[in-house]
Amino acid sequence: MKALKYLLVKEYKQMFRNRLLPIIFILLPVAMMNMVPRVATQEVKNLNMAVIDCDHSTLSSRLTQKLSSSGFFNLYATCNNYKEAYDLLERGDIDFIITIEDNFEKNLYRTGGAQVMVTVNAVNGMKGGLGNSYLTQIVMQYAQELNIEAGLSVKRPVKVEPRYLFNPTIDYKPYMIPALIAMTLVLLVGFLPALNVVGEKERGTIEQINVTPVGRIEFILSKMIPYWSVGIFIVAFSMILAWKIHGVVPAGSIPLVFLFNVIYIFVISSLGLTISNYSENMRQAAIVMFFFIVIFILTSGLISPISSMPDWAKEVTRLNPLRYIITAMREIYLKGSTFSQLITQFVPLCLYGIIASTWAIISFQKNN
Amino acid sequence: MTDKVVIKAEGLTKQFGDFVATDHVTFEVHEGEIFGFLGANGAGKTTAMRMLCGLSQPSAGKASVAGFDVATQHEQVKRHIGYMSQKFALYDDLTVEENLTFFGGIYGMSPKKVKEKITDLLTELGFESERKTMVKSLPLGWKQKLAFSLAIFHDPRIVFLDEPTGGVDPVTRRQFWELIYQAADRGITVFVTTHYMDEAEYCDRVSIMVDGKIEALDSPANLKRQFNGNSMYDVFYALARTAKRGD
Repeated sequence: MKALKYLLVKEYKQMFRNRLLPIIFILLPVAMMNMVPRVATQEVKNLNMAVIDCDHSTLSSRLTQKLSSSGFFNLYATCNNYKEAYDLLERGDIDFIITIEDNFEKNLYRTGGAQVMVTVNAVNGMKGGLGNSYLTQIVMQYAQELNIEAGLSVKRPVKVEPRYLFNPTIDYKPYMIPALIAMTLVLLVGFLPALNVVGEKERGTIEQINVTPVGRIEFILSKMIPYWSVGIFIVAFSMILAWKIHGVVPAGSIPLVFLFNVIYIFVISSLGLTISNYSENMRQAAIVMFFFIVIFILTSGLISPISSMPDWAKEVTRLNPLRYIITAMREIYLKGSTFSQLITQFVPLCLYGIIASTWAIISFQKNN
Repeated sequence: MTDKVVIKAEGLTKQFGDFVATDHVTFEVHEGEIFGFLGANGAGKTTAMRMLCGLSQPSAGKASVAGFDVATQHEQVKRHIGYMSQKFALYDDLTVEENLTFFGGIYGMSPKKVKEKITDLLTELGFESERKTMVKSLPLGWKQKLAFSLAIFHDPRIVFLDEPTGGVDPVTRRQFWELIYQAADRGITVFVTTHYMDEAEYCDRVSIMVDGKIEALDSPANLKRQFNGNSMYDVFYALARTAKRGD
């Protein structure tokens, strides 16, 4: 293990002499923490609507006003007929057409009921669905308001009053940020080791190492340890950014966040090195790593919840280390879960680490 | 040069699929000898050398280097050899001193000894001013000399040189061979491949490989006599033109 010291000195020197790497270590977390929580939002806002008001009454224009002041809808246009509005929808300018029937006001007063027709552009299913439910809510509220004004004895409909646990404002950021830290890590601490050993193959320097008696374990450790330290720095730096920029801090223990991330870093750096060992050149390594990262991200629960995946896909996600860290990070950040509550995430992650690191060492061949 | 055998190959073979790169090669190299390993491109020299260095497993046959079997004891072999590959293989982004310290350390030399040797070596080469120079900014000739010095830095018993003077000017080549002679004088066995026939004349013994087989093996003088040539070029040409494989 004496050689390890020399190997590490070399790796650190090369890492910090690289013109790009130290900059990336700073810039990527800043970009991920600053920008992504703002843009990768699943909240549906700013839906454009066109209103066809056939009634032109006080009550119908109040409804239009009500909708456009809700914060969810923009009144993009007021149209005279359905065709005009439909053209706008086809052009992609609007997502909703609200048609208020002729005699809307009269019908309301006379029969206590009136009709509003809603046409939804459902190309983006989620946007359409959510928008529609917002719209329904607003119209219902309005109806109730009118009933009260009219002094009608309203049969109070059952009202569901939700209480949101752990994230009371259903803010998207505290949900995304812990997962984004794991994402930043996979990009840096997973991707860079994948390019490392193969880079030495391309430059020919690996031959000079392979003719020395240096041990495989030492060599692979010397490739991993620098990335562990970078990874720990990235976690700390990202957590500080999340706190300073968004005020998002873990509800649970900070050491626990680090414990999970250290193991996770161990897993992905081993995976990266394994890929590097098998690759002939950097391009190949990058493509293979890219493939893994895309699959990992899509099946990690980062974007779509695992619980709503089909059963076979749920089983596939068990092979994904990202799934465990993202779950653990969200639980610690939002619920303040403790170690014993997260043991089901911890054990698979450790197993994964043991397998991946063994693989990384075995796949490094000094003699073939 | 002694009679002690430091490299011994018996029917050494490497096969990649149907292609037999090195085909039942048998030879011995004595301690302190400068052994020239010649052959046209694609003759199987590098493959044979990689097996002897413990980088590649033989498909058949046996070889021992410094008394260790290359198939089973390759890591022990590596303790006793130095290797300079065809492609420049030092770390570009480390300085001359850092490269030497790194490889010295890897071979388990003490930091004190490494320090002393670096100073000696740089003075000897007239390199003292380049101690802190990044290797990437050295001219090719200097790089090659440095790579050679590095290959023998840990005092190996045998040094393997794979076309060490490719692309180097004649003056530097001369200087390079002076370094090789110095190493041989210190008792290091030199195993060298080359395409320069004047360099072949510098060797104690020369083997010439054609299509994976050794077709001739003797001292340059004897070979010239045997093939009726005036120079090693004639010998090489007589043998190499029978080759069926090229690049």
